[in-house]
Amino acid sequence: MADTRTSIFSRPEALYDRVTHYCPGCTHGVAHRLVAEVLDELGVREKALGIAPVGCSVFMYNYINCDCLEAAHGRAPAFATGFKRLRPDMIVFTYQGDGDLASIGTNEIIHAANRGEKFTTIFINNAVYGMTGGQMAPTTLPGQVTTTSPMGRDVNDIGYPIRVAEMLASLKTPSYIERVSVHSPRHIIKAKQAIRKAFIYQKENRCFSLVEVLSTCPTNWGKTPSEAIQWLEAQMIPYYPLGCFKEPGKEEES
Amino acid sequence: MKGNEAIAEAALRAGAEGYFCYPITPQSEVAEYLSRRMPELGRVFLQAESEVAVSNMLFGAASTGKRVFTTSSSPGISLMQEAISYMAGALLPVVIVNIMRGGPGLGGILPAQSDYFQATKGGGHGDYRVLVLAPSSIQEAVDLMMLAFHLADKYRNPIMMIGDGMIGQMMEPVEFPDDYKEPPLPPKDWAATGARGREPVIIKSLFLDPLLLEKNALIMHQKYEQMKREEIRFELYKINPKNKILIVAYGTMARICQTAIDELESEGTSVGLFRPITLFPFPEKDINKEAKKKNIRAVLTIEMSLAQMMEDVEKAVLGAKPVKFFGRTGGIVPSPDEVKEEVLKLIKEKTRSTGKTKQN
Repeated sequence: MADTRTSIFSRPEALYDRVTHYCPGCTHGVAHRLVAEVLDELGVREKALGIAPVGCSVFMYNYINCDCLEAAHGRAPAFATGFKRLRPDMIVFTYQGDGDLASIGTNEIIHAANRGEKFTTIFINNAVYGMTGGQMAPTTLPGQVTTTSPMGRDVNDIGYPIRVAEMLASLKTPSYIERVSVHSPRHIIKAKQAIRKAFIYQKENRCFSLVEVLSTCPTNWGKTPSEAIQWLEAQMIPYYPLGCFKEPGKEEES
Repeated sequence: MKGNEAIAEAALRAGAEGYFCYPITPQSEVAEYLSRRMPELGRVFLQAESEVAVSNMLFGAASTGKRVFTTSSSPGISLMQEAISYMAGALLPVVIVNIMRGGPGLGGILPAQSDYFQATKGGGHGDYRVLVLAPSSIQEAVDLMMLAFHLADKYRNPIMMIGDGMIGQMMEPVEFPDDYKEPPLPPKDWAATGARGREPVIIKSLFLDPLLLEKNALIMHQKYEQMKREEIRFELYKINPKNKILIVAYGTMARICQTAIDELESEGTSVGLFRPITLFPFPEKDINKEAKKKNIRAVLTIEMSLAQMMEDVEKAVLGAKPVKFFGRTGGIVPSPDEVKEEVLKLIKEKTRSTGKTKQN
């Protein structure tokens, strides 16, 4: 009897078949997969360069199957600038967390965006420092308890969380900036569309592109994976609204 | 040609395809020169937001396998130490020029040699070294700048050329080689060029397994040992059996010493000069050989810093002769007269002490 089965779902070529070091319920894996799917779909894996940050995704190069650099903390946008300027024919992306990009690396990301460097940044916002054990990040929500804000983030002492997408969208230089989430299948589909768009803008040599991905950290939030998803939806999205903040030719939309 | 511009032109001729910079006195002319020349040649010029960004851009740019470099001055070089450590750990070739000014801190803008320790002992964190070249004329700055790119590729390691502000600012005639040729270099199969028909390349300095981290450090250590065998460069000036004192000095300071030595010679006092050109690797054995000669009563280290190189000279001389120091710092350039005075004082001292020994 002939085998009539057809494969309708498979692992992207740009994603290795490996057990990850990520905690159960962490959404880094989802974001990794979306990036890998887009690299495959656009046919750019063989001319891609990924830049890993310092943070939980420091081992990104163990999962994404393309040439990679491992950056110093926060400096991935400078790495990307240097590389892309010398190799404008390649597809360059940074993958950075919120401690990396929104704290130690603010200078590098702002100036790379402002120069309109033609690379793509995937910015994972999970409101804590993950790898070092759940310390307060610039993105930690007001009142949120972390290991270094045991009484909750006090905005009078340390200020309000930084909205990176909105901040970068305020720059005059054209760019594509969108915030997405990966807490539900519907949102994952939208996130994929945004990441795809970001890489297309780069492929067409149009502009800098950044997709901020709201992400869960059940371990450091002290929640189960399903509680973490609920917390992201109930607490993070009101402070970090989803949507496109800047797109070439559509400046008024922000 | 002005030193800074000659350095820029030398880099172009050595095939530098990318230059990243941040303005800082006294080397901003390099950036100004290249901001015109690089685009003319279809190469990359980028003024970054900080020296921190410059050095991290260099990591990215060097990962392409193309020749890239930066120039800066002391406080800017301090800011680059993070990325220099990362580039050393990731075995990346890069050329960095430090036109030194007085420090510490914001210091001043006048010529100094006070970044000797930072340049020669690693500078950033971790077990690594950078090969350090120290020109004493504009022509030599040109020659060493071109050599620096070759050495960076040969050793896959950051190479630093250090000159004091005088080297950057003064003007001298220079000649560029018409037909610049280098010895063959291995293919850059380590470069990130896209995983087409091969496994992905990962360029990193992270090795969480201590055995692998140690292995990487040992690979680097072997390179430094090879540098000690193959790259030591120095120049001798008026070394002869009549020398009473051996001066050790580098860069601009060495030239001032030459003037002092010439004048002392005409006044009947014979002094020789040992001028290290590579500061790491340091010409220890060669200094030791000169210092041990019977006619040498003492070794005098002269710097535009406070007894930094002297530590390496002492290590080279190994107690064979007394090692003395003279130097000015903070942007003050010692005059030939000051050098002469110091030499004559030292000779007198040594004669007196020898006399005493005889009496005892």
